[in-house]
Amino acid sequence: MNALHSLLLAHAPVLPVLLPLFTAVLLLLLGDRSGGHGHDGEGMALRRRLSLGSVVLGLLLAVWLLTVADGGALQVYRLGEWPAPFGIVLVLDRLSALMLLLTACVAVPALLYASGGWDSQGRLFHPLFHFQLMGLNGAFVTGDLFNLFVFFEVLLIASYVLLVHGQGRERFRMGVHYVVLNLAASGLFLIGLGLLYAATGTLNMADVAQRLAVLQGDQAALARAAALVLLVVFGLKAALVPLYFWLPATYAAASAPVAALFAIMTKVGVYSIVRVHAVIFGAGAGEVAGVAQPWLLPLALLTTALGVLGVLSAHSLSRLVAYLTVASVGTLLATVGLFTPAGLSAALYYTLHSTLVVAALFLLVELMAAQRGPEGDRLQPAMAVREPVLLGLLLLLGAASAAGLPPLPGFLGKLMILQGAQGHPAQAWLWSVVLVAGFLTIVALARAGVIVFWHVQPAPGQALGSAGSSPRLLAAVGLLMGLGLAMTVWAAPLQAYAQATATQLADRAAYARAVLGEGAPGAALRPYDGQRPAPAAPFKE
Amino acid sequence: MMPSMEFLLASGIGIVTASGVYLLLRGRTFAVVLGLSLIGYAVNVFLFSMGRLWSNAAPILGADASQPVADPLPQALVLTAIVIGFATTGFVIELALRSRHESGTDHVDGHEPVSRGAASAATDASGERP
Repeated sequence: MNALHSLLLAHAPVLPVLLPLFTAVLLLLLGDRSGGHGHDGEGMALRRRLSLGSVVLGLLLAVWLLTVADGGALQVYRLGEWPAPFGIVLVLDRLSALMLLLTACVAVPALLYASGGWDSQGRLFHPLFHFQLMGLNGAFVTGDLFNLFVFFEVLLIASYVLLVHGQGRERFRMGVHYVVLNLAASGLFLIGLGLLYAATGTLNMADVAQRLAVLQGDQAALARAAALVLLVVFGLKAALVPLYFWLPATYAAASAPVAALFAIMTKVGVYSIVRVHAVIFGAGAGEVAGVAQPWLLPLALLTTALGVLGVLSAHSLSRLVAYLTVASVGTLLATVGLFTPAGLSAALYYTLHSTLVVAALFLLVELMAAQRGPEGDRLQPAMAVREPVLLGLLLLLGAASAAGLPPLPGFLGKLMILQGAQGHPAQAWLWSVVLVAGFLTIVALARAGVIVFWHVQPAPGQALGSAGSSPRLLAAVGLLMGLGLAMTVWAAPLQAYAQATATQLADRAAYARAVLGEGAPGAALRPYDGQRPAPAAPFKE
Repeated sequence: MMPSMEFLLASGIGIVTASGVYLLLRGRTFAVVLGLSLIGYAVNVFLFSMGRLWSNAAPILGADASQPVADPLPQALVLTAIVIGFATTGFVIELALRSRHESGTDHVDGHEPVSRGAASAATDASGERP
């Protein structure tokens, strides 16, 4: 037992990548003979059970990794045992563990919901879902910038196919836009990495952070350009103004469980901005420190403002939730953009909450739309939903949470954000944008609730449209909402964890020591000059 | 005077990128896919040159320790980028074909652009909601 534990501990950072990978491969081997039309009975039940079992195992794994990371020591995993700046490292720190847990918390309900019927609307939903999880988890644990690019591609290519899952003209139309935009962004990502490599001669995050501190003159200018190119790339993923236009239509077109999983995709962009711009290019990076500072805060505040206007003007429920995603990302990035430890820890708490709420709302909106007859999720008076009390209460809970009414976690998150901004030069801007955005969100969601639940037209000559929601679908929504509520109950330990995370991120020296070892990397030739150090030649024949 | 290798490479990458961006902004999926491929090529060459340009240097470690060796890392990076680029290009072609099949047009917006005069009449048909 002890040997097993130490084996698991030694390989801890790579497990969240391997678990979904092996599950996906296994599911691929099981095949999918349904051909996209209905069930094929036995096989589907087996795949669902396997898939759900894997995400639940992933959730347990994420909880365990969180306790490991909370010990404070960084878990560094050297792939192939190559020494640090040369090989690829996976690093499990508090931030990674928290994001892994968040991914698992969204994945379980989303998959539960999908197994209520969506997964039989097309082929190979389950393997793709797990490949997407593999990409997400990999992006969160990697300690190497090029490896981050690779995991981005893994999660993106899975998301391209998941987006058009269920098919239909609208999904393919948005699919083309989404894929082309992201491929162009991938090109930019590589350019940014190339510039960074040219300036520092390394792509290992810890090593880059160390070398940036001593850059001067034109090399520093190159690194600064690289950082801003990367900001564009991550801003596109996170949906930062002016790069958010793709998000509302795309998320509204995706099937509900996919949209719920995509709620975490914008957070990958936010996570990367935190890693690269707030930590690697953060305080202590010498001449290039704080390169994103003049851009991030104003753009993020503008994102919130435009997102809330979108929420107000949305003409369908799913678009409304998609715009809520944009607004919440704006708030989040504005808080990150303060570039203070207090801001960072507030942003982390708010990330957890906003992701859960948005995912729950995406699922809930589809439940409501299914009971409204031909109007679907359009914000027009339609026939009454079958379960007004249940769905109405869930919407009320989600809306109050998204807008930040006490005592829901959204309130605590916003309170932490407001406190985090105290004394900052941009305090007035941030306070007014966050508070007005919260108010307008309540207005928009109240309006949506009124139209759906009260402004009802009796369906002429039509029997009650559909049966009630299936318990499995309701359980998925309830699970997400419940997790949101649990965040209120455990607010104190979560906040303590978020603060410890911010402190850990600020300690660049400890990160470098853990990844690179004591003092060794100074001897390496960087940037590369083609000359081998004198005592080399171990390869003599 | 011969232009330097750096100048030639940089302007070459610039021209290919500019052509790629131009094609990317076109309205037909075929041109867009070509644009993406061109950008991919430009990015790969750019990445390759980031280890500086080396002439007369061994590509891999040789026995002669006095010889300079070209930076091996960009070669590895570019190989990864090429493989990923190949896969995504294959995917986007398949997606474009499927979109053409679904919507009956190869325009990226999924419907033929309407001329200004016919715009008001066609708004209902081609609006946000299909």
